[in-house]
Amino acid sequence: MEAFTNHRGLIATLDRANVDTDAIIPKQFLKSIKRTGFGESLFFDWRYLVDGTPNPDFEMNAPHFEGASILVTRNNFGCGSSREHAVWAVMQYGLRAVIAPRKEIGGSVIPAFADIFRNNSVKNGLLTVELSEEEVDLIFDQVARFQNVEATIDLAEQRVVLHLDEEIAFPFEIDPVVKNHLLHGLDDIALTLEHVGSIDGFEGRHDVQMPA
Amino acid sequence: MSKTLFDKIWDKHVVTTMQDGTTLLYIDRHLVHEVTSPQAFEGLRLTGRKVRRPDLSFATMDHNVPTDDRSVIKDPISAAQVEALRKNCRDFGITLYDLDSDKQGIVHIIGPELGITLPGLTMVCGDSHTSTHGAFGTLAFGIGTSEVEHVLATQTLRQKKPKSFKVEFTGKLKPGATAKDMILKLIGVIGTAGGTGYVIEYCGEAIRALSMEGRMTICNMSIEAGARAGLIAPDETTFAYIADGEKPFRPTGEAWERSMAYWKSLPTDEGAVFDREITIRADEIAPQVTWGTSPGMVTDVSGHVPEPDQVPGYSRKDVEQALEYMGLTPGTPMTEVRPDTVFIGSCTNARIEDLRTISKLIKGRKKAESVRVIVVPGSMQVRRQAESEGIDAIFKDFGAEWRMAGCSMCLGMNPDQLTPGERAASTSNRNFEGRQGKGGRTHLVSPEMAAAAAVEGHFVDIRTWAPYREYLAGASA
Ligand code: SF4
Repeated sequence: MEAFTNHRGLIATLDRANVDTDAIIPKQFLKSIKRTGFGESLFFDWRYLVDGTPNPDFEMNAPHFEGASILVTRNNFGCGSSREHAVWAVMQYGLRAVIAPRKEIGGSVIPAFADIFRNNSVKNGLLTVELSEEEVDLIFDQVARFQNVEATIDLAEQRVVLHLDEEIAFPFEIDPVVKNHLLHGLDDIALTLEHVGSIDGFEGRHDVQMPA
Repeated sequence: MSKTLFDKIWDKHVVTTMQDGTTLLYIDRHLVHEVTSPQAFEGLRLTGRKVRRPDLSFATMDHNVPTDDRSVIKDPISAAQVEALRKNCRDFGITLYDLDSDKQGIVHIIGPELGITLPGLTMVCGDSHTSTHGAFGTLAFGIGTSEVEHVLATQTLRQKKPKSFKVEFTGKLKPGATAKDMILKLIGVIGTAGGTGYVIEYCGEAIRALSMEGRMTICNMSIEAGARAGLIAPDETTFAYIADGEKPFRPTGEAWERSMAYWKSLPTDEGAVFDREITIRADEIAPQVTWGTSPGMVTDVSGHVPEPDQVPGYSRKDVEQALEYMGLTPGTPMTEVRPDTVFIGSCTNARIEDLRTISKLIKGRKKAESVRVIVVPGSMQVRRQAESEGIDAIFKDFGAEWRMAGCSMCLGMNPDQLTPGERAASTSNRNFEGRQGKGGRTHLVSPEMAAAAAVEGHFVDIRTWAPYREYLAGASA
């Protein structure tokens, strides 16, 4: 898979919470048996009008977002199904990272990303960055004001830098396992197969019918 | 040390813990379907890898398949995907329940039916509703395609251990409330991300009182609460279900005895600690109906479409967007909302018990003129069982379409779809925008509520609905 180290690119925003995988890539595109060709269909129902032309009202279709490679959105992005096609679509559209906020309400926390989506992202080299609500609000404000805003995401340093007249930096937390994985573009299966002896040994003592 | 059910299954399946703290978890059963597997098999081919345990992998086609005439799949792309699964199963030696099999069906319905799903095992499938199997005390995760490939190649999953979350339903359900209402209520309370990062264990009096079908409905929708897995401790209800009927993969003879001893050791120990706990009073749960485009946008059927600023967990904007999409006005009583279509199906509520209950409610009645009713049994076995009990005839007399098994309008990948603006009462699990067809408007409900809506042409509070009261009287007589 593709490694993620350092990326500078244009930000696009999508001001919606709970963006689900059906919205990211509708089912009619899941019939493909390939791993490619999904970028065109990202956010299909929002992005295109019934006649197939781009929907001018869809936020990401704004001309100043053309060529964006960093998406900034709201909490619980990628909820819903386990379809990895959602991650493929995001990446094949040209996005390298998605930034979203964790949201706190009454003592409980709504994470920025749904579990399976985040997991699938790691497997493909898509970086998901979780920031606070205030930080994401600030990015939305700046992008609304200046339209063309670039950011640099430095994974090793765990930092997002907004390139404005005065740069703003946001440090972020990330699971060290995920970080290592992304930095080196590791292949999970090859890594696991290094433990094939352990798997053989385990199978020797484990009854799959009744693992007592 | 006291352990939870989750800890016990987890610990039994740890192959090794890697330096970075990731666990290599052994997987006892792998279910495969046509949509999320082709790229995984392709990956194996490209790297020259084999399927490590074809004997522990089971495949069927469900998402894409037509539910009317299935002699031919008209959509060439769907047909190619179905054909790819056939080829992959042949090439890699995996058991396939093909379209002509009398055991074909939605992957999460056939697993339990065939005895593939058993307590204390680990199980995965490239499908988020794999959580369904947790009803048996099976640790079951939905995974993505890269992980499908990983499991095919290694029979393991790389996992950081999730946190544990105890959800206790105290007391007894009141008439009119069902397993579906319990899970919708929970999602309404904790939100669609409330379970993110957790494995939920459902327990309490109201859970113990449920049938296996009801327990599957609850575990099924764990993912709608954000959790990758839900669990219910196995008990006599579980054992009776597994022992019943023909289940080719159920242990027999001496293995059955040993299995039982293991299964009985699984329930959470007294004093075991969870990372999070919540208690919900089952006796306070009313029949639920969703009004928005997220399963957490849900209310009692006696409630109203909410004001945009009065929905905990959702911003004003979230709610306004949802109401606009749904074509609903705040303050409208839910019982005035009129579905155009009633969909009875999906891995949430298309088991024989669901169909039996609905058939009793609609027997001798006619559907409302204004609605179309589609009934899609969860599996060919469910369909056959229903036909042997005359349930198909009841549905047909009612005016419903009686279909073959598959996912159908749950996600509208096959021709069964809503048209833009069309409103559905659905026994499925997701009310996302466009889920059941572009522009389609979904209200999630229990099978009982769906039946009532089909009869009356609008949502009904079944607690006061005459046919439901007759049904209850009949059930207790
Ligand atoms: S019935 Fe619906 S939720 Fe269940 S597996 Fe099929 S598409 Fe997924």
